[in-house]
Amino acid sequence: MAMILDILSWVLLMTGCFFCAVGAIGLLRLPDVYTRLHAAGITDTLGAGLILIGLMIQAGPTLICVKLIMVLALILLTSPASTYALANSAMDHGVQPFVVQQPDPAAEPGAEAEAEASTAAGPEPAEEGADD
Amino acid sequence: MMFAVTTLAILVNMALALIRAAKGPTVFDRILAVNNMGTKTVLLIAVLGFLTGRPDFLDLALVYTLMNFIGMFTVLKFVKFGVFGDPPEDKG
Repeated sequence: MAMILDILSWVLLMTGCFFCAVGAIGLLRLPDVYTRLHAAGITDTLGAGLILIGLMIQAGPTLICVKLIMVLALILLTSPASTYALANSAMDHGVQPFVVQQPDPAAEPGAEAEAEASTAAGPEPAEEGADD
Repeated sequence: MMFAVTTLAILVNMALALIRAAKGPTVFDRILAVNNMGTKTVLLIAVLGFLTGRPDFLDLALVYTLMNFIGMFTVLKFVKFGVFGDPPEDKG
């Protein structure tokens, strides 16, 4: 039983580390503030959540586990609020989101249908902000 | 062993976030990187307690979470209004 819990804890901790690394690399590599917020959200939710749950399994049903749950709850409560405040503040200051320029369909004759397909599958505002 | 690996991974990620905090073109990048550093500090304190066999530092982790949250709002307010006190009337 203890062996199974140890293995489960290993898996959770390592997956948490992986997501932390994904978030940190995204923080370095992504082009602007808003996309970096998205990367930081991965660290705050998946990374912290998995690592803390792995530690809870190690701690067992003790007071330490309760404290870990409180830390996790606080992180899950505060990180979306601070992400929202940061994005709102950046928008207020006029930081422009990074936008990929769509190729002009008129510039390439013969690529009409392709251009139509790309504009049809273009920006979908419903998906904006669905992450985090 | 597993706590050592986790600690090392978190430290590497903190270094990456620190690079972004140093490089960041706008002030918001820096604030974001510092906030992310704070979250990772909480994780580091929690894991370090288990690594040294004394998981009593979790109270500090709780306090760090709150400090991180309030500190971020304070810095954002300072960036927006330029003062730590009441915001000027015309900008509210």
